[in-house]
Amino acid sequence: MKVELDINNEKHAVEVEPRMSLLDCLRDKLLLNGAHAGCEHGVCGACTVLIDGAAVRSCLMFAVQADGYAITTIEGLSPGPGELSPIQDAFCETHGMQCGYCTPAMILAAHALLSKNSQPTRDEIVEAISGNICRCTGYAQIVEAIALAAERMRGQNIKTGQP
Amino acid sequence: MKPAPFEYSRPASLDEACALLKADDSARLIAGGQTLVPLMAMRLARPTRLIDIARLPGLAYIHEQGGEIAIGAITKQHVVESDPLVRAKLPLLAMAMPHVGHTATRARGTVGGSLANADSAAEIVLVAATLGATLRWRDGGEARDIAAADFFVGPMVTALPQTACLVEARFPAWSEPHVGVGFHEINARASDFAFVSAAAQVALDAEGRCTRAAIGIGAATAIPLRLDGVAQSLHGARFDESKVRDAVKAALAGIEPMADLHASAAYRRRVAATLAVRAIGDAFRAAARRS
Repeated sequence: MKVELDINNEKHAVEVEPRMSLLDCLRDKLLLNGAHAGCEHGVCGACTVLIDGAAVRSCLMFAVQADGYAITTIEGLSPGPGELSPIQDAFCETHGMQCGYCTPAMILAAHALLSKNSQPTRDEIVEAISGNICRCTGYAQIVEAIALAAERMRGQNIKTGQP
Repeated sequence: MKPAPFEYSRPASLDEACALLKADDSARLIAGGQTLVPLMAMRLARPTRLIDIARLPGLAYIHEQGGEIAIGAITKQHVVESDPLVRAKLPLLAMAMPHVGHTATRARGTVGGSLANADSAAEIVLVAATLGATLRWRDGGEARDIAAADFFVGPMVTALPQTACLVEARFPAWSEPHVGVGFHEINARASDFAFVSAAAQVALDAEGRCTRAAIGIGAATAIPLRLDGVAQSLHGARFDESKVRDAVKAALAGIEPMADLHASAAYRRRVAATLAVRAIGDAFRAAARRS
């Protein structure tokens, strides 16, 4: 089947079997390998992408179901070549990763959280990534990274100087 | 973890969806797919055709009508979770929603999908059974209402005919001024499948005495269990933990809980009693705070 996907603000027309997951389509057809294939049945969260801004598991969605939505992958988060988003920056700084397998999904889950809630509590951060497994168990630095990113992103909106 | 091949259709109307269901015994409806797709990935489900109703017009809504809150079948779970009407009128559902899957699965999963899947461990199923929701299906041109108690007939088995599509769930909104709710569940990881869950909703009079109660236990038995006898025994009474515990334990003495790798039958029975007492206590305290 032919399907047109809107990924990171670019349209891609792809020919897929109905049974091809959005995850496999991203990785194998479009070479967007930032979404990782972990369990492939919705448990680990490594394949998280954003669908209209909400974190979604791309292994639990078929590519044929995904037309008409704004899909964002980790490749779409950086503001420009060689640059990192504030959340990616914070993950580097606090060492919010070990092997890196869960990292793109953690960052996208954090992105979805911070776009709705600029001042998350620790509990809210933990809840937001509760569906994402880090088998290195580096959760403490991941939570720290998201809190740091939230703080910095809030800072960006503070008005300075005279009105 | 790759599903077997299937055909994919996205009908433009409910009639068309029903016709497609009728034409193929092995076709399945898909909306959010958050339970069906894993089953397909593990090849426990092998539908020949998926009929995608996720974007059918007019099936995603939450509104109040005649003392009930009606929720369209394809309403996404994360929409229900943050809906002000649900928070105000269906506090039990609002309290249970964060336990439904994870943030990422609630963004795709639907209310109707969860109900039609009829997993006893599913929170929406438990709330529907506890509050006595009414479910509506469409089978071609015919629409029918059915009580939740008649809808859930076994583990992941419902009274929904093969060719029908669940279209709406209506939850009763209690109009008493002092209503409180409680919800607890035990699982291996936050928001994973519940080993046991308990839901309670009570209404109190101005003196703190119970005028109405609904109590349900999920995941312990094949279909959610309503403790109507315990609810009856609460009438006219204030919360007395030891009395409630005795009544709950007596009610659970005769059940045959499920057993699996994670939790034995004895564990489920014991935890069901503890969680039910907790949920009832929470509900009484919450209702009293509303005085």
